[in-house]
Order: sequence, then structure tokens, then C-alpha cells
Amino acid sequence: MSSETKQILTTDGIPLEVSLKKAERKNKIKAFLLVAPLLFFLIITYVFPIGDMLFRSVDDKMVTQMLPKTFKAMENWDGQDLPDEEVFAAFHEDFIKLVEDKREGKLSTQLNYTKNGFKSIIKKLRRASKKFEEGNYKEQIMAVHKRWADVEYWRAIQRRAPEFTGQKYLKGMDMYVNEEGKIVSVEEDRRIHRVLWLRTLEIAFFVTVFCFLMAYPIAHLLATLPMKYSNLLMICVLLPFWTSLLVRTASWMILLQQQGIVNDFFVGIGLVADDNRPEMMYNKTGSYVAMTQILLPFMVLPLYSVMKTISPSLMRAGKSLGGTPFVAFWKVYFPLTIPGIGAGCLLVFILAIGYYITPALVGGASGTLISNQIAFHMKSTLDWSFASAMGLMLLSGVLVIYWLYNKIVGIDNIKLG
Amino acid sequence: MSVNKEFVKFENVDKSYDGKVLVVKDLQLDIAEGEFITMLGPSGSGKTTCLMMLAGFETPTNGEIYLGGKAISSIPPHKRGIGMVFQNYALFPHMTVYENLAFPLRVRKIPKDEADKKIDKALSMVSLQGFAARMPGQLSGGQQQRVAVARSLVFDPQLVLMDEPLGALDKNLRESMQYEIKHIHESIGVTVVYVTHDQSEALTMSNRIAVFNDGKVQQLSSPDELYEKPVNSFVAEFIGENNTFTGEVSEISNGKCKVKLANAEIMANPISVKSKGERTKVSLRPERALINPKDKMDNLHNGKIEEVIYHGDHTRVRINLLGNPEFILKVPNSSANLDIKLGNEIKIGWNSEDARALDPK
Repeated sequence: MSSETKQILTTDGIPLEVSLKKAERKNKIKAFLLVAPLLFFLIITYVFPIGDMLFRSVDDKMVTQMLPKTFKAMENWDGQDLPDEEVFAAFHEDFIKLVEDKREGKLSTQLNYTKNGFKSIIKKLRRASKKFEEGNYKEQIMAVHKRWADVEYWRAIQRRAPEFTGQKYLKGMDMYVNEEGKIVSVEEDRRIHRVLWLRTLEIAFFVTVFCFLMAYPIAHLLATLPMKYSNLLMICVLLPFWTSLLVRTASWMILLQQQGIVNDFFVGIGLVADDNRPEMMYNKTGSYVAMTQILLPFMVLPLYSVMKTISPSLMRAGKSLGGTPFVAFWKVYFPLTIPGIGAGCLLVFILAIGYYITPALVGGASGTLISNQIAFHMKSTLDWSFASAMGLMLLSGVLVIYWLYNKIVGIDNIKLG
Repeated sequence: MSVNKEFVKFENVDKSYDGKVLVVKDLQLDIAEGEFITMLGPSGSGKTTCLMMLAGFETPTNGEIYLGGKAISSIPPHKRGIGMVFQNYALFPHMTVYENLAFPLRVRKIPKDEADKKIDKALSMVSLQGFAARMPGQLSGGQQQRVAVARSLVFDPQLVLMDEPLGALDKNLRESMQYEIKHIHESIGVTVVYVTHDQSEALTMSNRIAVFNDGKVQQLSSPDELYEKPVNSFVAEFIGENNTFTGEVSEISNGKCKVKLANAEIMANPISVKSKGERTKVSLRPERALINPKDKMDNLHNGKIEEVIYHGDHTRVRINLLGNPEFILKVPNSSANLDIKLGNEIKIGWNSEDARALDPK
């Protein structure tokens, strides 16, 4: 009400806000049309695939659609004892239909994910079902194999009833839902993903640290050298950007292998014995070295752009006020570079946890990251929903880091260029 | 208590950045304790380099600088204890005003309560009480400048260097800051070395001014002497406005000389000329020449008014006089109805002692 009384009118008597909107509308439309292609592109290439990934990672409709009558009948089943004839009859009906469509193999694969042992009993059931007589399906199915008389297997089928499932996410963390419906970890010797997650974080963290330690002096030099030299240095920093990633990774393979140049050099100066050349590739060392080199420019550039704006007179002021060069650096220069450090570290860390090609080529078994596992499931096992789930876990990990950074440093306090 | 006349001493100081060109040439300069001395000169004249050498950010290529009798070339900047105000203030943007002022006290390990007192005092000196919690970015240019001044003084240095501190401020603010800095200097008696290229700033504030050109001190004297009695034509032209006549000395005697111009002769005061036949440039301040003088003057010539520019408190008149079409006169706006109109012929007179015959350069 108060806004109505305070409403300002233009000379024509139209409310000022309305008039302003009208005047701005044309500009807004123009601006929108300019960004529309990009927006369209982003929706197609970014929003839509991520949405699809999210859907795929939780989608479990396949079994639901294959056994619709069974699941309907199971609604009345308490899951304690074997289900009654109604469920068996419904299952038989669904199954016959699947056999007609030749889709019972898919069912067996899917059910086998949930519980081992379904493959063979479904094969047996298919053969036996041809000779089934009408009525009393419970007896007939249970007679095919003793597992069909085991309530565990029926519970396993029931677990596939929901259209959506979080199973893939649990699997990504080496956990699963056991027979009692509880979330438990898999046995110690079968845990592979947790190790990979931890290793991914570890490698990303150390690569970020190494990049920071190397980039800080370079960026400082770049920002303070006279133009003539800093341009040359800048080209040296950017040169890797202009070289193919594969070429760079391959050249690291030449350098780091056991008969490679670095090892030859170490042997040459007597640092290591010829018969005891250290392995610097196909392990973590390889991933560290190659990833640090490749990601270095992403640290140098934000740092440089921040340092460039810091007036040299600030350090001078610090010194003239009595601070030793170290105090002047630590109290004056360093805090002013934090926005660049934040941007660089965030950039390098996020790129590093999703890194794929380099660790795949030089990382070996102990230097591969979670992204290599994702690629493995995309290409080899074709378990796309699992790959999607892990991809999303990676994405949410990145968002968590971003959120943490925002909490601790503040996202306004970032400067990318 | 006698004042140390050689509190700061530049002795035969040379400075070169590239080994080819000398930026500062054989500089000799003594600065007394408590003095406000300004290094004035066009850009590239070496004045800032001198200041940086004094602060310790540049090392002299040759020669030595003494501070309080001690050679300081090998002392790093942070141990010299010299306060400095920078051209762009150089306030630490990530610290509050309080923290900025506390910085020099903290590195000196001064206890907090004592430091707080000093900070309060310094802030009240620049009338910025109540601004301690602000960030420099929240202050106006003038306020930032004051913080910079307060910060350079808060640790009680004996010497404060100021490198064109008012360059970024607008005209009115600059003038009021000039007075403020001058008053601070007078009240606490600190020695100030001030660098500027703005001559009015230098004239307003300083006890003495060193005019720099071409890496050398051209003249070192008080503001009035600098203006009234420039020793060479560079100083005469650099400080204030100046009318010049170029000619040849035709007669010299009794502290007066005759200078022969292209088509006339004028009387002048021989400063840099010694004998007949020397080339010379005669320098005359615009306000020393009068229109239709009542008193008798030994120079009296006719000129034609070429241009009249109204300046509020005075009127500037450009006259074609003795073959110099750029002769400027300043007529106070009081005044007698002089017949100043474009195209008029008028009589202009001046005393020969105000016309200084300097080097011909």
C-alpha cells in the first residue's frame, strides 16, 4: 500500500516503473537475442546431457517394465515367506511374454546385478516353461530349480520393483543394499572405488600444490619483468597450451620411461645405478609430473593477472615503513594475491579431479583416477547408468569444493582474468 | 641546540640505469634538519631518482648519501627509518586505516597501547579521527592521501619523503592539502623532502627548492629568491611566467648593461654576462613591466596590443614589443582606466634591475 502512495509518475502520468520497463524492453530483447545462440548451445550440450545423465543414473524402469504383473501381485506380499500362487502366476505370465519377445536374457542380466545366480535359473525356467501346464504355477516353477524355492531370490526380484534406484551411487562408494535392505560396505578386498576416489583427491591436491609452488614465482616474474622479457616468458608459459595434449603426454612418456632421457641423465651423473633405474612412469609419479606440467598455465594465468594489478609501490611502502623484505611480502604482497591463488587452485583442482587422458597414458595401475573408471564403464562394461552415477558424484564433489571455497574465501574474492 | 645543516647530504652522486646515460650528474645537496625542501623539475630531470636513492630503492652508481652523518648506501630501505608518501598513496588495500597505520609500529614491535596512542595522534593530525575502521577503498582521494601522510609519520621518522603525493587530486583539494602538509611540517618539525613538477606547489610549501634539469640542480634557494632572482634562463622559464629578449651585450658597466636586440636596445641587469659581445637572453617577469609608468624607468618602449584575455582578478595582455610578439603583461583588475584595447599602441616601461641578462641557451 505504501508503495502505491509513493509511486512516482512521469510527466505523462504513467508510473515511472512501467515507463522505464517499456523503455528498456527493446534493449532487453536485443540483449537476449544476442545471447540466445549461446543459451541454446548450452542447453543442448550441457543442461540436457547432465539432465539425461542424472536420469540415467537413477533410472531402473527396465525390470519394472518387464515384470509389471509380478510387481503388482507382490504389493500384497510381506516378503517373509515365499510368495503365494498369485505372484507365481503373474510372474509366469510376464515371463512367457518376455520369452515371446526374446527378452528374458536381459531380465536375467539385470536380476543377476541384484543377486548372483539368476542367470542359470532363468535359462532353466525358459526351457521348462514350454512344458508348463495351466494352474499351480508355484509348484511348477519351484520344481525347476531349488533357488526358485528360495525366498531370498524373490526378495531380490522385489527389490527391483521401484522405477528409480540409488544403487549405482552406493556401488560408486563400494556399498550396496543387502538382503535385509540395509546399506553396507562390500568386503574389504573388493573395494575399488573408494581407493580411486581417495587417490583422485590426493593426486588433484598434490598437483594443485605443485602447480602453486611452481607458478607463484613464475607469475611474479612475469608481472614484474620489463615488457620485453615478460612477453617472451609469457610465450614460454603459453606454448604448452598450443601443443596437443596427446603430444605433450607422449613426450613425457619418452622422458620418464625407464630407458628414457631423465633416467639416462640420472645414471649419467651417478645419481642412480644403471641396473636400478627408478620407475617414474605407469605409477603416481608419472601422473604427478605430467599433470603438473599440463595444468601449470591454469595456475600461472590467474596469478599473473592478479599480480599485474598490484602496484610495485606497495612493496616499497611496506619496506619503507620498516618491514623486512619478507614481512613486506607476507603481510602486503601475499594477501593481495589471494584472489589469484584461489582462482588458480580452484581451476587446477577441478580440472585435475576430472583428468582423464594423461593418467590413462602415464598413470599405470596406481596412477589412474576416477575418470578412468568412468571411461571404463562407458566403453567396456557398457554400464552407462553406473558411469553416469559416478560422473554425477564427481560433479557434486566439484560443487562441494566450490561451496567450501565460497564459505572459506568467498567467491567474490576470486579473479580469473 | 644547533641545527644540523647537513642532516642529509648527497656527495658527488651519479646515477645511471643503463650505463650509457647519466640520470643524475655529480649531485651535491645538503638538507638541514627540520627543513622542507622540494625537488622541482620537469619529468625525466632526475628528481624522483634522487628521492628513490635516498629511500634506498635505487643505489647510487657513484658517490655517497649521508643521513645524520652516516653513509647509507649499504643500508637496506627497511632499516633507514625514513617515512615515505607515494604518488598513488600505496595504502595497503586489504588493511583498514588502523591496520595501515599500525603496520610500521608492529614491525617495530611497539606495544599495542602505545601504538594505539600514536595512531590516534597521527589520525587527529590529519583530521581523520573516526576513520580507523574504514578500508582505503571506502575513502576519497584526499582522505587516502591524508592516511598516507599519517602512515608515513606515525612511527616518528626524522625524515619524510614525498613523491608527488598530490598529483592525483583535483585543483581545490590539492591546494588545501598543500597547506595541510605545510602545517603538519611546521607543527612537528620533521625534515621533508618533497618531489613535484608543479611549481606553484613547490613555491607554496617549501623552505628551499632545488630546481632539477638534465640530472643537475640548476638552482637551490628559497621560493622568493628562485622567482625573483633566477640564476639561469632554464630556472627563469621554468618558474613562473617570463618574457624574454635575445640579444648581444653592447655595453657593460656599474652593474648595468646594454643589450642590443634586432632593432632596439634595452637596459638590463648583468647576471651571467661578463663582457661586451656576449650573447644573452634577458628575462623579465610580466608583473614587473608597467603600462604608462608614472615613475621614471630606464626602459620605456612602445608596443601594440595583440590580444586581451580576461582572467577575473587580472587581465593578461599580449603585446608585440621590440620584435617579440609574445610579450605578456599582467594588469590587475582594480584599476585605473587604462586604454587596453586590441590594436592600441601603448607605452611600456620597466627597471633595468628587473631585466636579468642570463645565459643565452
